[in-house]
Amino acid sequence: MPDPIAPIAAGLFAFDADGQPLLLGGRDRVTGHITFPAPADEERFEIVPLPRTGRLWSWTVQRFRPKSPPYAGAETFEPFAVGYVQLGDTIIVEGRLVGIPFETLRIDLPMRVVTESFVLATGENRMTYAFARASDR
Amino acid sequence: MSDVFIIGAGIHPFGRTPSRSGLQQGVYAVRAALAASGLAWRDIQFAFGGSDSAGNADTMVSELGLTGLQFINVANGCATGGSAMLGASSTIKSGEFDLGIAIGFDKHPRGAFDPKPADWGLPDWYGDTGLMLTTQFFAMKIQRYMAAHGISRQTLAAVAEKAYANGALADHAWRREPVDAATILASQMVSDPLTKFMLCSPAEGAVALIFASEQRARALGLPGVRLRAAAVRSRPAGSFEVFSPSLDVARGRSPTMLASQAAFAMAGVGPEEIDVAQLQDTEAGAEIMHIAENGFCADGEQEAWIAEGRTRIDGRLPVNTDGGCLACGEPIGASGLRQVYENYMQLRGLAGARQVPGEPRLGYSHVYGAPGVSAVAIIER
Repeated sequence: MPDPIAPIAAGLFAFDADGQPLLLGGRDRVTGHITFPAPADEERFEIVPLPRTGRLWSWTVQRFRPKSPPYAGAETFEPFAVGYVQLGDTIIVEGRLVGIPFETLRIDLPMRVVTESFVLATGENRMTYAFARASDR
Repeated sequence: MSDVFIIGAGIHPFGRTPSRSGLQQGVYAVRAALAASGLAWRDIQFAFGGSDSAGNADTMVSELGLTGLQFINVANGCATGGSAMLGASSTIKSGEFDLGIAIGFDKHPRGAFDPKPADWGLPDWYGDTGLMLTTQFFAMKIQRYMAAHGISRQTLAAVAEKAYANGALADHAWRREPVDAATILASQMVSDPLTKFMLCSPAEGAVALIFASEQRARALGLPGVRLRAAAVRSRPAGSFEVFSPSLDVARGRSPTMLASQAAFAMAGVGPEEIDVAQLQDTEAGAEIMHIAENGFCADGEQEAWIAEGRTRIDGRLPVNTDGGCLACGEPIGASGLRQVYENYMQLRGLAGARQVPGEPRLGYSHVYGAPGVSAVAIIER
């Protein structure tokens, strides 16, 4: 089920018929080149759903609280994993990695797109996208 | 078209100098360069100068003298110093002037840089959710490189250990204490696989280089080094750069590869002829990757190179002989010119305790930064 929490930005992700999240890219109508997030220029870029699964391309762990601004997260900080995930043969997207013990992170892990609640310093919740471990297949 | 010579060099020590603004450090470097070459400010016909966050270079004339010279401010991120040098070189080659100066200086607050998403054409959520950190990019680039090319964490530590050992020998360096590999590996993890001692910090400092035509250099009787090549290149399609929410699956070359190949072609020399190199080492992994991106070895050969000590001051290709960004810190506007300063000192035999043995003839310098720009210079004694 889509979560009722407001998204952190419009147009980043959507949900398919089964309620599963997917990211939205922008396909250049002339060159076919796809980027994420989709640029705002809808005359030039067509919104396209990106593959829901892929492989971990690289990763790191953010061990210290990033500076604010620009970081808008809560004052209390827990280290989080960040990575690039290659979605099918379409694109490599950067995002938070959730639900994976840091010591088990490795390149090529199978991954899937999920949504994740992000708590702002103001205490408000926003929905953002993240990547979680997918089953090996 | 005249060949271009560097006939004088001055530096303000890197690190932190609370008593001097960035501009004052720039003035200090200019005066040091003038003193080293026996020239006066009124002799200087033109200047290119810049900083990233320490003010307008041309305001230095109120300290240096209101001579009416042509003074052009340069703002090109991490390639600010390289761009100032390119401007000076092109001006002399064109015959417009025959004696000028390039100045780079900076002074940043403590801690990681705090960029604003809109300045980089990015949406706010990217910064809001904690993805807009240069350290994450560097960590993820070396993480993938290590997996693909068999580079160990021990090698990362060895690069940082060399940097601090070299910095201890360099008067202008910020970190002057050696740090051993075990301490580097055990220090606080910042962004896996990079620990605190594997990452450079923003800092302060200034460098000034005096350029002259060959004829003018001879007339002045000043021993100089010849600028064989200066190239600045931006990123090609498929390069991996800082602050990228997405990447193309088809991977491409890097701005460093483009600048390096252009510089080698201009100079008419190959990587195997270089005697000393200063390569962008924002973190230990960057030095490792840049050895290959600049054409000095194939991907993965660095593991053996570094184990054999090839990049040490007494090795076959000494790299970052003043400790690089790891030991000097990274004042953005000054960092690229520091590398050329260091090569100038090495080629002139003035590098003291850190002097590369065997009278090095060709020096190579490479600066790289966001959002995908590289500047390479090759100088010859």
